[in-house]
Amino acid sequence: MTPDVLVIGAGPAGLAAARAASRVGATVALLDASDYVGGQYWRHLPASRAALDQSVLHHDWSSFLALRDEIEGDPRCDVVTSAHVVAIDGDGVHVLIGASDGRDRERRVYRAAAVVLATGAFDRALPVPGWDLPGVFTAGGAQALAKGERVAVGERVVVAGTGPFLLPVAASLGQAGSRVVGVFEASPASRLLRHWLARPWEFGATPDKVGELARYAWGQLRERVPYHVGQAVTAIHGDDHVTSVTVSTLDSSWRPLARGSRTIEVDAVCLGHGFTPRLELAIAAGSRLSAQRFVEVDADQRTSATPYFAAGEITGIGGVDLALAEGAIAGHVAARGRADDLELRHARHARHALVRFATRIDAAHAIGSNWSTWLTPATIVCRCEDVTFGDLLRVSRQSRATGLRSLKLLSRAGLGPCQGRVCGRSVEALLEVRAPGGHLTGGSTMDRRPISTPVRLGELATWTTPEVRKP
Amino acid sequence: MKVLIIGAGIIGAACARTMSRRGIDVTILERGSAVGATSSAGEGNLLLSDKAPGPELALATYSLDLWRRLPAALADEIGNFTSIEFEAKGGLVVATSAEESAGLAQLAEAQRGAGVEARLLSVDETLELEPDVTPSMIAAVHYPQDAQVQPTIATEALLASARAAGARVLVDTLVTGSRRDASGRVVGLTTNRGDFDADHVVVAAGPWSGEVATRLGGTLDVGPRKGWLLVTTPMAHRIAHKVYDANYVGAVQSDGGERQFATVLESTAAGTVLIGSSRENVGFDADADVAAWGAIAARAVRLMPALRDAAIMRAYCGFRPFSRDHLPVIGADRDVAGLWYAAGHEGAGIGLAPGTAELLTALLLGAPTDIPAEPFSSLRPSLARAA
Repeated sequence: MTPDVLVIGAGPAGLAAARAASRVGATVALLDASDYVGGQYWRHLPASRAALDQSVLHHDWSSFLALRDEIEGDPRCDVVTSAHVVAIDGDGVHVLIGASDGRDRERRVYRAAAVVLATGAFDRALPVPGWDLPGVFTAGGAQALAKGERVAVGERVVVAGTGPFLLPVAASLGQAGSRVVGVFEASPASRLLRHWLARPWEFGATPDKVGELARYAWGQLRERVPYHVGQAVTAIHGDDHVTSVTVSTLDSSWRPLARGSRTIEVDAVCLGHGFTPRLELAIAAGSRLSAQRFVEVDADQRTSATPYFAAGEITGIGGVDLALAEGAIAGHVAARGRADDLELRHARHARHALVRFATRIDAAHAIGSNWSTWLTPATIVCRCEDVTFGDLLRVSRQSRATGLRSLKLLSRAGLGPCQGRVCGRSVEALLEVRAPGGHLTGGSTMDRRPISTPVRLGELATWTTPEVRKP
Repeated sequence: MKVLIIGAGIIGAACARTMSRRGIDVTILERGSAVGATSSAGEGNLLLSDKAPGPELALATYSLDLWRRLPAALADEIGNFTSIEFEAKGGLVVATSAEESAGLAQLAEAQRGAGVEARLLSVDETLELEPDVTPSMIAAVHYPQDAQVQPTIATEALLASARAAGARVLVDTLVTGSRRDASGRVVGLTTNRGDFDADHVVVAAGPWSGEVATRLGGTLDVGPRKGWLLVTTPMAHRIAHKVYDANYVGAVQSDGGERQFATVLESTAAGTVLIGSSRENVGFDADADVAAWGAIAARAVRLMPALRDAAIMRAYCGFRPFSRDHLPVIGADRDVAGLWYAAGHEGAGIGLAPGTAELLTALLLGAPTDIPAEPFSSLRPSLARAA
């Protein structure tokens, strides 16, 4: 498999990269692990089940349809769904085609002249006492059920966390039939105002983003969904299912204040505290990460490892429009398109403004340093291995270890089937502040996963010989 | 007496515990984090089965006896620490060809002569112990003394014990050179965090020991020998023993020019199955290597076909400290006074750690050793020959 450009991930960034690369004449392979292109952002029902007008559920649905139709109708672009990238090594990009839990799947090795990594991000939820009860969802998971399966996670739902993403999640839940009884943004009003209202002249460069947020805000008002700032769900209650939540008012470091907590009856909770980039393939490719732990890219979206490019959320959380711009740049440059191309210049211009917008969002919705004050020793932190906050405190105190590998093995946090994808950043944050010296040493993080998706031993056993090359 | 130990892996930790409990003032200097490299990248083997009669088997037997007493001793020293998961689960070495079978029977015979329990099993007896071993096997030997620990936890426990006895563990501390007196004797170290005084310096830096020795003006030929391990998702299926193919002994003793594969399979306390392993001398290259994983997987499936559908969720590599004659160096530098080594244990460092610590501590104190120390000397002829 030797396309000119291999694109990994068919969300907005990957789709834009594939289109840009093909438009300048490159042959392209576009891989995605799911059954359909679109990524998390444009997750949708298959055509055979689409009952409602998708444009009601999706912002920018018409842009998606145009993008998808162009790529799927493009003879130079090979769209491969159910494609699981297992690893990247010196030999190439190793892929299994088939169901995610399949066996004896087709093996392919791609050796492309350039590779665009557009692997996106997971949505993140901080641990909260009771968050392991049935009825608790990540905001992204709940939105995926609403948009992809048309399933409402509950009748009375709260959405809590931080970031503008909470608004479209609440909107999707409403469209799927839930009653959203409150959206709780943990960031205090002072912080939101400071960052949202700073440098107002910049908004002129990103009218679409401002319009998008205004539309969601208007939607909330119209649906009478109460939007609260400086408040969080700090405990979730129920025996075998969620029955209520405690909502607390927070100080600016997210420490719950003694006054101002109340109980709300609900049957579902959606938690969203930003996003964690999916970095394992970029790390396997040898790409350098920034101090903030995103993939470092230059003005052409090149990573530090040739011939790998990166676009979308793995270079910084910035939303769909930034992902589209970065994908367009990466695809164009990866396919060796002309440097004076008009569309490339448009994309660069858009990226410049959108990055500033993303920086603003980051600052306004940064996670507070004292969120862990709402945990109890019994709160599960790592759900795969049932590791509690108390377990982390104990092993840190007993061992005085500063190495993440030691702390993981002592506590078993992050060692289960999800390999720290859900809990990793939270576990690291909780251990960091408790380590002697106030930081972890040795540079190890949970992001390094040489095997990026599980593979059966029997499948791996056939990988000793070079792939049979197709003529 | 003041001792500086370079490296907070299993060997440095074991030395620090033993020395500090004898009243020696110990400081460990660790470049990164404790247990951040080799000691946390292996299975935690405490094996007699893979060793032919000779000094390494003597050290392994001596060490295993110390390991057996460690869980109780550590409970006294550091109380309610996470379990080090010591388990005398026994080893099962399986031959799948007539040639391997003959070699295995011969080795077992010699090992019995050296006091190792090694029982030759028929196919039926083997399948009774481990029902999922391939029925196409020819013969097997059961080694009931083989045991294991969780190596990362064990190292942290040894460090905690050393601290309780007064030792200091300084992480993020990179040794940059040695300080000498007029006679050339090492009297301390320079680091990125300032200078340290010492009566003795011990290099226990695993596969980096050769490099560190050179930095200090000493001579030690120990470098990295890379290995990969695969880890399954937690499984209900349990493998009761350490199961490995008879080729393992050959791979352990090989000279490492080309890449070697030998299968070793075992369940962990957490329910995952560890599947190893490879051996190759390619420097400190930790990049992914799908062909190596494939070769490990192919051998594992041949030895235990029932694992075919097991889901591999992780691969990790580590670097064994490789010494050319397959014996560790435990003792003084051949020229520089005050400079000592405890390094070059290759894949057996976890098993050999407590014995190494006892030997080196006795040598430092000028006390008699429980087993002969000469075979591990930096002056031994086999090192000169290998070089």
